[in-house]
Amino acid sequence: MDRFLDLLVNGIAWGSALALIALGYTMVYGVLRLINFAHGDLYMVGAFLGYYIARLLSPNVQHSVLGGFLIFAGSMLGSALLGMLIERIAYRPLRRAPRLAALITAIGVSLFLEYGGQIVFGADPKFFPQFITSRPLIETAAFTLSNLQAFVILFSLGLMVALHLLVMRTKVGRAMRAVSYDNQAAALMGINTDRIISLTFAFGSALAAAAGIMVGLLNPKIDPIMGLLPGIKAFAAAVVGGIGNIPGAMLGGLLMGVAEYLVVGYVSSSYRDAIGFAVLILILLFRPSGLLGKGVVEKV
Amino acid sequence: MKCLRTCLPLLAAVVLALTTEFVANNWLNPRYALLLLYIALNVILVVGLNLINGFTGQFSLGHAGFMAVGAYVSAALTAFHGKAALGALVFLPAAVANGVLLNTALLGGGLAAAVVGVVVGLPTLRLRGDYLAIATLGFGEMVRIVILNLDVVGGATGFGGFPKLTTLFWALVWVWITIAAVKNLVLTVHGRALLAIREDEIAAESVGINTTFYKVSAFVVGAFFAGVAGGLFAHFLLYINPASFDFLKSVELVVMVVLGGMGSLTGSVVAAVVLTVLREYLRVLGAYRLVIYAALLVAMMLIRPTGLLGGKELSWRAIRVRWQRLFKRGAEGRGRSAAA
Repeated sequence: MDRFLDLLVNGIAWGSALALIALGYTMVYGVLRLINFAHGDLYMVGAFLGYYIARLLSPNVQHSVLGGFLIFAGSMLGSALLGMLIERIAYRPLRRAPRLAALITAIGVSLFLEYGGQIVFGADPKFFPQFITSRPLIETAAFTLSNLQAFVILFSLGLMVALHLLVMRTKVGRAMRAVSYDNQAAALMGINTDRIISLTFAFGSALAAAAGIMVGLLNPKIDPIMGLLPGIKAFAAAVVGGIGNIPGAMLGGLLMGVAEYLVVGYVSSSYRDAIGFAVLILILLFRPSGLLGKGVVEKV
Repeated sequence: MKCLRTCLPLLAAVVLALTTEFVANNWLNPRYALLLLYIALNVILVVGLNLINGFTGQFSLGHAGFMAVGAYVSAALTAFHGKAALGALVFLPAAVANGVLLNTALLGGGLAAAVVGVVVGLPTLRLRGDYLAIATLGFGEMVRIVILNLDVVGGATGFGGFPKLTTLFWALVWVWITIAAVKNLVLTVHGRALLAIREDEIAAESVGINTTFYKVSAFVVGAFFAGVAGGLFAHFLLYINPASFDFLKSVELVVMVVLGGMGSLTGSVVAAVVLTVLREYLRVLGAYRLVIYAALLVAMMLIRPTGLLGGKELSWRAIRVRWQRLFKRGAEGRGRSAAA
């Protein structure tokens, strides 16, 4: 039990970031039934936007609250615009095409962002500016919680609560739920479905960008293919929680993050990337629609 | 007469493969010979995957995992037992002995991949659509990570030390076997069952098709050929590394299947050839190569979402029918204008 709490803290911090990415997957899947493979790369773009904005700011602004706000806001806004642009160019023309065509297009967009990123940002890893200096906040014999981890956990939680309120309490959120429930009926009720889908991409991409910056702070090395594996893991997390289900994505993300750190602590760090998929396959076998997903009754 | 129908194409295939090998060895730039081999491997992989994804409609994203299993098992067979086996086969001419050893190893690798296919397929094929895609993706990644941790076969540093056995001839023979096997399977009553599952699983089940059996069978056949392709790949490069069988390899294969047209064998062959050649020739673009490749991919899907050939096959008969129709319409047009 010696390191258990420590691993748990690390796992929850990493899991919160995964959960933020998973939310974007689950929202897009909810409205379009599309696995947006490019979503992991928006997380990468978010981290890089944060990197460039932070470098623009002078060091004392960078470390102030205003600096932090500017970095997060700028990166989230930029990624949201990119997400909407991708939806407009690559996915909207394929709305009526076979679903696989859209999936392959998503993979193409993902590869485009990764390799394009290698040209625009350079292929070698960059050091992410630590605009929040890490120092221990709570130090006990059992575990250490740094201020950075606390910030990541609380800020992710805040974003998730904000998203939940947005989806459940606002008009836009209601429209999103309607589109996700029945696209055509929603359109007949006067909802501009194209606009709602576009907004869904914007919110999802902004959350991914926030996750990108937070992971950059926790683990300050960013590179253009950093989004590949977390992207797949976050999708797995969304499926574990029940895809299309917002609380499910949060639960799945946290579960995967904690499972990864427990494997690193007690088994071997080389199995870190495998555990998520093992959890995924196990859960799918016993609950094919995920932990919180509703089973779909098939009708003939 | 019956023999003529089956033996003649076989003979023709063997002669063609031998000629290609001879030409490649003697007159062709080694670079093109390598390209031909990659095309052959991709054709085997894509045709096998099309049986799963295209004909049966089970979206699998972990095909590189089966390729890895086949590559490592067959490579381990020849690396650890190859010398002894060649010693026992010393009475045969060297080329024949090598061929026997290669094909034994390939069968070993293919069967291992097929067994893994059963183990993975039985539980995961209960899932549908996107869930199956993500489960098979997870499986492919797990195979890679397990190999990374297997020190017997070199782990992350890669595995080598097995003889060079793959020749273009054997690769082409396996291309022929794969296409013949999948084509004949698809044309039989079993193939109809697979198509029925793709079109409507519930309807298929209600007319008495054992859907689980057929889905797992398609998975196993595809896995077998992926394993064989992996074995051919290993015994050509003489060094394999888990990184060669990552998620991107699976994606590349799915892209070829979809681009060629789901459920079109000739489409698979065309897409495998076109995309392999395209990747090679875009090399002149340097760092921009993969960006352009990705952009072309998106553009191709936007222009033609059902793939190059859709579900259709390219055959002499289809071309003749199309040609006749074109000709007839031309004649009608002329007739009408004459009447007017």
